Amino acid sequence: MRTVAVVGASLAGLSAARALRDQGYDGRLVLIGDEPHRPYDRPPLSKEFLAGRMDEADLALETETDDLDATWILGTAAAALDPGERAVRLGDGRTVRTDAVVIATGAAARTLPGTERLSGVHTLRTLDDARALRADLAGAERLVVVGAGFIGAEIASTARALGLHVTLVEPAPAPLAAAIGAEMGAVVAGLQAGQGVEVLCGTGVREVTGTTRADGVILTDGRRVPADVVVVGIGARPNVAWLAGSGVEIADGVLCDATGATGVPGVVAVGDCAAWFDPAGGAHRRVEHWTGAARRPAVAVRALLAGASATSGSSGSDVRPPEPPYFWSDQCGVRIQFAGRTGPGDEITVEEGSLADRSFVAVYRRGDRPVAVLGIDLPRPFTRWRKRLAAEALQSAAP
Amino acid sequence: MIPACPLRSLPRGEAFRLDAEPPIAVFHTEDGQIYAIDDTCTHQDASLADGWLEGCEVECPLHASKFDLRTGQVDAPPAKLPVRTHRVVVEDGTIFVIPSEAPANLPPGVGVRPQGAA
Ligand SMILES: Cc1cc2nc3c(=O)[nH]c(=O)nc-3n(C[C@H](O)[C@H](O)[C@H](O)COP(=O)(O)OP(=O)(O)OC[C@H]3O[C@@H](n4cnc5c(N)ncnc54)[C@H](O)[C@@H]3O)c2cc1C
Ligand code: FES
Repeated sequence: MRTVAVVGASLAGLSAARALRDQGYDGRLVLIGDEPHRPYDRPPLSKEFLAGRMDEADLALETETDDLDATWILGTAAAALDPGERAVRLGDGRTVRTDAVVIATGAAARTLPGTERLSGVHTLRTLDDARALRADLAGAERLVVVGAGFIGAEIASTARALGLHVTLVEPAPAPLAAAIGAEMGAVVAGLQAGQGVEVLCGTGVREVTGTTRADGVILTDGRRVPADVVVVGIGARPNVAWLAGSGVEIADGVLCDATGATGVPGVVAVGDCAAWFDPAGGAHRRVEHWTGAARRPAVAVRALLAGASATSGSSGSDVRPPEPPYFWSDQCGVRIQFAGRTGPGDEITVEEGSLADRSFVAVYRRGDRPVAVLGIDLPRPFTRWRKRLAAEALQSAAP
Repeated sequence: MIPACPLRSLPRGEAFRLDAEPPIAVFHTEDGQIYAIDDTCTHQDASLADGWLEGCEVECPLHASKFDLRTGQVDAPPAKLPVRTHRVVVEDGTIFVIPSEAPANLPPGVGVRPQGAA
């Protein structure tokens, strides 16, 4: 293998580039990113950066010891992948010839249809988004956040701490319900309300009102909530349109096996754009968390390098399955940590601390098996549980 | 020299957070060594005493940066800067920390509280 192209120059792309060098790849390495910026960290965009406690330099992901010896093509999108020709075609007409490709194009924020014409309506995915939102919040009094997933709930909390009047609207019964379940989501609703955020669950937004600038929202139940700024936090869709016609299979994200390999030899996918096969759940799933984007690329790169040396192109048998997904979220003055996956019907028990103290570790069990763990402001016991879940996942995957 | 805690109250594999300014984490490794480093991760605001101790390395409980307890060096990103190390002495069954004179590598947004402030 003489050239590897990494498409998407953010956390997953940078992590893949590091993994390639760590694992001994010494050929040409090209990173292609459509943003003009060097790789930067997104989680602070809804937290410290939005609050003004971090600046742009603090967001840089690269370290002084990074020695990638890579060619960077920034500010230019990949427009197409042609595996037959072994080429990535760029938006500006250039072509990058390559023997292997790491797809790391991430995801883009979903928008509310019909809001494009209004100013004062924001999504938050990129540094440029964050700059615009920060500037707009500085002059605002009332914020409505549509969607209480992580990003929405964090923005609500940050803006509240900045002194805004904040309304958080969520059609599900509780914030973060998809990720941590409605029961624990209700605890987060309590934290938000305790901070002074008005939490409206079980109702959606029918319309954002205003003529040129947004001035409020109308809820599905007919209520009207005024706003100077509206943030839409209703999830993200994978950036995979550029792969059309490449032969790489796409569903909700790039379909991969449990090591990140796609059906096309020499092409792997990592990070938010990739739907790896999850052996525990028996399905392909995207994991839209920082730790997955940071750590799974090492697994995919191992598969890529093993595939290059094996004649069949299959991934090596020594490849370990990925760790259970893990994420954290800082909001309402607490740190939320979660590992594993939960589904309806899981039994939840508080193992340490207490809900009343807003500091606890809760374990989710399916039958007798622990499948997930949630920690609020108790990182030490949380980490022990997280390690235990990872060890058990490894064990159950062993032949 | 700051008294940290009695040696017997810190079993092997455990860590202790010393409420200094900035806080210091004291580790007792599985093979019996005692090390002290700044408690706050150099990446963001997390306590390394809450981290995962393995051999002579601690893994940050937030984003899994790894630090070498002997040197403070970063063994795994995202942290960019080493964590400051402190000398440790054990006398009469008590662990003492001799705070380093070097500047601390505190993460962005985390300042040193003025002495005596709450
Ligand atoms: C505001 C915010 C807060 C978050 N907070 C947390 C948190 O607290 N905890 C947590 O675990 N996770 C959090 N996340 C999620 C985490 O940041 C993501 O999981 C992570 O960024 C995924 O990395 P990635 O490299 O896969 O994708 P991305 O970071 O989305 O990067 C993909 C890159 O590829 C580029 N690209 C797209 N298409 C093309 C193309 N055709 N050609 C070239 N380049 C292209 C994109 O512009 C982008 O630069 C947060 C995300 C956001 C936005
Ligand atoms: S806070 Fe320690 S690695 Fe991020």
